[in-house]
Amino acid sequence: MQVPAPIEYERAVSVEHAIGLLERLGEEARLIAGGHSLLPMMKLRLANPEYLVDINDLHAELGYIRITATQVRIGAMTRHRELLESDELAAVCPIFRDAERVIADPPVRNRGTLGGALCQADPSEDLSSVCTTLDASCVIRGPEGERTVSMDDFHLGPYETVVGHAEMLTEVRIPVRPRGSSAYAKVDRRAGDWAVAAAGAALWVDERGTIADARVGLAAVGPNTTGIPEVSAALRGRPPSDEAWSLAGAIAAQACRPVTDSRGTADYKRHLAGELTRRTLRAAWERVREGGAA
Amino acid sequence: MSTFVDNDQRPLGHGRMLRKEDRRFVRGRGTYVDDISLPGMLHLAVLRSPVAHARIVGVDTLAAEAHPKVKAVVTGAMLAERGLAWMPTLSGDVQAVLATDKVRFQGQEVAFVVAEDRYAARDALELIDVEYDVLEPVVDVRRALDDDAPLIRDDLEGKRDNHCFDWETGDPAATAAVFDRAEVVVRQELVFPRVHPAPMETCGAVADYDRVEERLTLWATTQAPHAHRTLLSMFAGLPEHRIRVVSPDIGGGFGNKVPIYPGYVHAIVGSMLTGRPVKWTEDRTENLVASGFARDYVMQGEIAATRDGRILGLRSHVLADHGAFNGTAAPRKFPGGFFGVFTGSYDLEAAYCSMTAVHTNKAPGGVAYACSFRIAEAVYLVERMVDLLAAELGRDPVSLRMQNFIRPEQFPYTSRTGWVYDSGDYPRAMAEALRIAGYDELRAEQAERRSRGELMGIGVSFFTEAVGAGPRKDMDMLGLGMADGCELRVHPTGSAVIRLAVQTQGQGHETTFAQLVAEELGIRPDDVDVVHGDTDNTPYGLGTYGSRSTPVSGAAAVLAARRVRDKARLIAAGMLEVAPEDLEWTKDDSGGRFDVRGVPDTGVTIQQIAMRAHGAGDLPAGVEGGLDAQISYNPDNLTYPFGAYICVVDVDPGTAVVKVRRFIAVDDCGTRINEMIVEGQIHGGLADGIGMALMEFIGFDEHGNCLGGSLMDYLIPTALEVPDWECGTTVTPSPHHPIGAKGVGESATVGSPPAVVNAVVDALALYGVRHADMPLTPSRVWEAMQGRAAPPF
Ligand SMILES: Cc1cc2nc3c(=O)[nH]c(=O)nc-3n(C[C@H](O)[C@H](O)[C@H](O)COP(=O)(O)OP(=O)(O)OC[C@H]3O[C@@H](n4cnc5c(N)ncnc54)[C@H](O)[C@@H]3O)c2cc1C
Repeated sequence: MQVPAPIEYERAVSVEHAIGLLERLGEEARLIAGGHSLLPMMKLRLANPEYLVDINDLHAELGYIRITATQVRIGAMTRHRELLESDELAAVCPIFRDAERVIADPPVRNRGTLGGALCQADPSEDLSSVCTTLDASCVIRGPEGERTVSMDDFHLGPYETVVGHAEMLTEVRIPVRPRGSSAYAKVDRRAGDWAVAAAGAALWVDERGTIADARVGLAAVGPNTTGIPEVSAALRGRPPSDEAWSLAGAIAAQACRPVTDSRGTADYKRHLAGELTRRTLRAAWERVREGGAA
Repeated sequence: MSTFVDNDQRPLGHGRMLRKEDRRFVRGRGTYVDDISLPGMLHLAVLRSPVAHARIVGVDTLAAEAHPKVKAVVTGAMLAERGLAWMPTLSGDVQAVLATDKVRFQGQEVAFVVAEDRYAARDALELIDVEYDVLEPVVDVRRALDDDAPLIRDDLEGKRDNHCFDWETGDPAATAAVFDRAEVVVRQELVFPRVHPAPMETCGAVADYDRVEERLTLWATTQAPHAHRTLLSMFAGLPEHRIRVVSPDIGGGFGNKVPIYPGYVHAIVGSMLTGRPVKWTEDRTENLVASGFARDYVMQGEIAATRDGRILGLRSHVLADHGAFNGTAAPRKFPGGFFGVFTGSYDLEAAYCSMTAVHTNKAPGGVAYACSFRIAEAVYLVERMVDLLAAELGRDPVSLRMQNFIRPEQFPYTSRTGWVYDSGDYPRAMAEALRIAGYDELRAEQAERRSRGELMGIGVSFFTEAVGAGPRKDMDMLGLGMADGCELRVHPTGSAVIRLAVQTQGQGHETTFAQLVAEELGIRPDDVDVVHGDTDNTPYGLGTYGSRSTPVSGAAAVLAARRVRDKARLIAAGMLEVAPEDLEWTKDDSGGRFDVRGVPDTGVTIQQIAMRAHGAGDLPAGVEGGLDAQISYNPDNLTYPFGAYICVVDVDPGTAVVKVRRFIAVDDCGTRINEMIVEGQIHGGLADGIGMALMEFIGFDEHGNCLGGSLMDYLIPTALEVPDWECGTTVTPSPHHPIGAKGVGESATVGSPPAVVNAVVDALALYGVRHADMPLTPSRVWEAMQGRAAPPF
């Protein structure tokens, strides 16, 4: 059994309480949500926080999925399993269910949270790429109040976010636009493994059926999950077609920055970035059509 | 009393029945080494080298010793003072208990701490300061013998290079002759990469040394408790009768628990130093990084044939990576294990193999799952080479195999490398696999899919194993013969206890051995208690690995039971006042009994005989009381199970992801004692084979850092990666085993990797791929499709 170094433990009862504890305990304190990223690192002694502030009691406050005509708001303590099982969410953002089906395994999904996933900022993390694809923004609360940061600005590098030490992520907001859909695809070496490469795609068409906007988010092929503005620019105004998806795939393959590691060669990951971009755009488009939007 | 409902029946002997041991396992009531907790017990943690090759300049333990909960800190230098810094390995090499001069692989043991709890022991490791002078490591096995390769084993007197041993088998001249006249020769380098058995339970020990009685009790995760006791006695200088080794419930072995690990010795030393029981439990990373691996063979294969498909010869040169110390478990005559059976299931004219084993800066080991003493590697070699030949000749891989099989009437068959195959009917097993698979329809489907650009592959393999080591004239472990003792006692009321020299790690011995006795004596398996894994309570024998329990100890159990039955006949004769020859043994649903020949239902039951054997009445002249038997069984030969496997895969042309769609496994392991247990062994082995073929891999970077140190890096297949198994059976009994049984524990692990690889290569034929080495991860398959298949280094 791997055992962590000594730690002190506090249990927060509200967001304010959690932030107060972080402020008082200083830099060596860490929030713990589902614990499925932090605890393994502590057991390997790669992370050695002095204090843990447990926010699992905040599930009542921060575990929610609220959907309006223009926006989806998801609380940071919403668990993978809740994202997977929500039919309402799958109806507006099917990409979440696609992704959740291939994230980890049921025990991890029962505990792991959206907030923990985004704040872990692992380059291979799936929900970050989902949120990037959906042009989400992140609500961060701290002692001075609340601020909102776009997904593009949220990550500073691998395992690094803009969330300050006495701050926490409380909510993710996703704009809902008409005549759109989304999809996610991942290649892993085995069920429950992190992505060799993964891609999310979202697509919106206008009344005439041409592409109004398209977004692609890639995981595991760069320092952070990457959005690719060039894809959006290239696809806007085009008719949906296999040529369009291939063009987008080629751009995605070009834009990503994979490295060779035990999951795969850089060439292969680049190939996947293209292949999965094509596949997810096509899947998103098929969903748009099935939804009767075009 | 068991209350569960059986899955079908309650055999009074062989047959399907639920496992007796599962009553405790499914209730979470097993007792593993880590469940042992003794009063006053301390905990041990091991400091391991972060680098693969370095000189130790200094070890500063002062801060660790000052930790309030620490009881002892031990370094290599301290062990050296007691002559305990080095210990023998199972291959006659030595291995550092704690490094003194150098560290030779990442994860090597450098110091240990004994403390009041597991957390404190682990914390104190961080207070030990080791200064390393880092040396260039030897990582690439192909460069280990280069003139400028750094010397790893400078501990060995006069050692100048990284050579470990050379070994050869077969006839080089005869083989060269058939290659010279062959119309077709195919050559291929095949790499069977380093993998790890990764048992669910990691290794560990609890040592309790009694200073007053000078007695050591060691609970340890060992597949061979008796052998470990002897070796510990020889190495540590403790009298063997004052050592008790207990191997309680074991959570998977797969060969990983055959060696003696430094950690066991640490626990013993820790207990001697502190006078208190000491527990050591490896964590997952330690297990993967530092304990016994498997495979790691680079094989140059060559196969020679006539144009019409008659295989003439097989030749190979093997470069074997044995890591820093030669820790392989192999009989002294067979340093390359049983790789000599590499001619497989085919009747060829000549064969030759040479092997060079080398040291690298990697963890020692080499026995593991389906160690089957290197037969996994041997079968992989021949089954890939036959497929390569089929591709070269444009032949169907099944018909080519059928053409070259050893024919049923040739058994017992002496192979070109001197192995005497006991029995077999290969065409029958292959035909059964083809029937289950619907082989012709599969080929038709494949042709149709190929025309649409879809990548479907069908892979065939046919294996023959040599298991059940072994005849003591040929086989040993550090000089200890591989015979097994067995002791059977029948109690007055007719229930019994059997004591075994082998040790189950999940194979179901408590059920199988009870059934063996039940079959012979006509009592219920539930009435037979199976005692194993405790050297104080079992007769001597060499333990469980290499699929040897049923071939060796199983035979011992049957013969002990037959001895009891012979004695029961004498006692029954006395009871019925007839001559023993006039009695007839019968066994039906009500049990076993001796009746007077020709007068059924007038006799005595085995229970009545047992009571008489222990009772107050007279026994026939010359017959002692009691109803017991003891035996030491030395097998005449190994047993040779075999099987035909067919794997169907689909490869996604866009992502190169391999999906195993079907797997058909026809196994012939001779007589089956409990079909359910046999199937369980096969299912597990097939999953392991798919794991090795597709994802399992202990890799290293250029610095010698192990890249497989967690289960997020070392991937083991899940239910989602394996199909529903389609198993079939043929039964060709072993002529020399008392009930005709052969070993089966490793059959599927040995037989399945080539089937999977053959299927993937078959799928990629459209891309001109001839061969791709394991693990066939999506990336490696995609690279092969680009014409860049590369060995996994
Ligand atoms: C076996 C296994 C397989 C996995 N496979 C995948 C996979 O395939 N794909 C994938 O995407 N992920 C995978 N994961 C990661 C999993 O999804 C984690 O649950 C997730 O990344 C982290 O969520 P958590 O709630 O457990 O975070 P925790 O481990 O509790 O926290 C992670 C980090 O985030 C910080 N944090 C948590 N909540 C907040 C907050 N509200 N505000 C600010 N900081 C916060 C913590 O301080 C910590 O630094 C896997 C994990 C495991 C153990």
